[in-house]
Amino acid sequence: MRPFDYSRADSAKDVAGAQIIAGGTNLLDLMKIQVMTPEKLVDITRLSELTGISAEGDRLRIGALVTNSALAADARVRAGWPLLSRAILAGASVQIRNKATTGGNLLQRTRCPYFYDTSQVCNKRNPGEGCAAQGGTGRMLALYGTSEHCLAAHPSDMATAMAALQAEVEVMRASGDTVRIPLRDFYRGPGDRPDIETVLEDGDLITAVILPAPRAGARQVYRKVRDRASYAFALVSVAASVEMEGDTITRAQLAYGSIAPHPWKNHEVAEMLQGQTASDALFHRAAEALTREEAPHPDTEYKRPLLRRTLIAALRQATGLGDTAGTDTVRTPA
Amino acid sequence: MKTTLTVNGEAHEVTHDPRRSLLDTLRDDLRLTGTKKGCDHGQCGACTVLLNGERVNSCLCLTAMHDGDEVTTIEGIGSPERLSALQKAFVEKDGYQCGFCTPGQIMSATAMLREISEGAPSYVSDDLEVPKLTDTEMAERMSGNLCRCSAYPLIREAIAMASEVSQ
Repeated sequence: MRPFDYSRADSAKDVAGAQIIAGGTNLLDLMKIQVMTPEKLVDITRLSELTGISAEGDRLRIGALVTNSALAADARVRAGWPLLSRAILAGASVQIRNKATTGGNLLQRTRCPYFYDTSQVCNKRNPGEGCAAQGGTGRMLALYGTSEHCLAAHPSDMATAMAALQAEVEVMRASGDTVRIPLRDFYRGPGDRPDIETVLEDGDLITAVILPAPRAGARQVYRKVRDRASYAFALVSVAASVEMEGDTITRAQLAYGSIAPHPWKNHEVAEMLQGQTASDALFHRAAEALTREEAPHPDTEYKRPLLRRTLIAALRQATGLGDTAGTDTVRTPA
Repeated sequence: MKTTLTVNGEAHEVTHDPRRSLLDTLRDDLRLTGTKKGCDHGQCGACTVLLNGERVNSCLCLTAMHDGDEVTTIEGIGSPERLSALQKAFVEKDGYQCGFCTPGQIMSATAMLREISEGAPSYVSDDLEVPKLTDTEMAERMSGNLCRCSAYPLIREAIAMASEVSQ
């Protein structure tokens, strides 16, 4: 690890010009292998205003420092947004989740092997030097939303569930102003600057994530496909929250993980399902619409059929056409 | 820089470089070598300790960030003369082969039994509200601790045995 100056933030204003550290579960790993070499590290874990989960009317405000474990186990989340609990619990290990924070999870870096390997070129590490994944190998690379400069996928399970749930990210600007940014606008596509992953600027601090009011009665599923049963990143994942009246789907909120540089959404698919009778034929059509585009790299072409099957299975689960194990129904307080 | 830690009930002030991990502080400065360095990247769980009661990978903790915190290591939960219920069960069930991962397994299992008694859910819980200590649950909840000898079935048997003792 390269030497750095360590300081502890006393207020949100202390973060400008420094690399923020909170849980450190991803950052310290990257610092050890010198993929990230910050000169100044500012520790925000003592900022009490970033802790705690609180109700905001029907909505839920999750402080940026709330750990993944605390968030997944929170009684309000388990009842009102069980999709989020499941998704968080699908990621990492308990040891990691006990340290990893809500804000840090959103900002975790890709696990593209070329990003981790400092002997290879990577535009995310050193903008402009090239992308070793182009022409290289990589079954974990992204399927959609890439550019010629970067093929890396965002690995977060939590962010994928939050995207389906239409969460907002609360950010305190260096000016002291607070803004709320819909998660769908929070991440940038790679374009020609894959090193810039979000709309955050220097001095900005994520202070919270806001969940909209729970959708009473919705059936929620986080279906994750990976190389081993636990403690592995997703190859593809589907986050689904489905509302029905009888056999008719009245609303489907969907997001897809590990297939793009950020949680992926496809409005055409969600609209195809709305107002329709749940059926395998419908789900197959939705899956075809989701995966029309070819993969940008031959090694991820397998993700297209895998994503189709995962979406169909998730929709069968959520609508009761298939095995419903691991499906949760949103409950709201009486 | 200086950091004060309470380790196994005893206060220690350590002087260290900002880069020092909690794992290296425990092993090299405090000579508590029961906690093992396996991968040093948060993948294997051999370095698992309890930080303010919660299990964490000590290799992914900067000592500087834990001033005033309480740490429990394998040396803090039992001794050769007075083994904890889990330590006894690992011996009884032969829950290891080479033994390198064992301190991490036992620290992790110590926390896991408490978590499940408090109703913490896991990804494989049928019902997020009422998790039960099944074999599947144990495998999922212990997935952050690798055993390259693959003693997993006996590790789970040992944990199940200790859990029955404590009930």
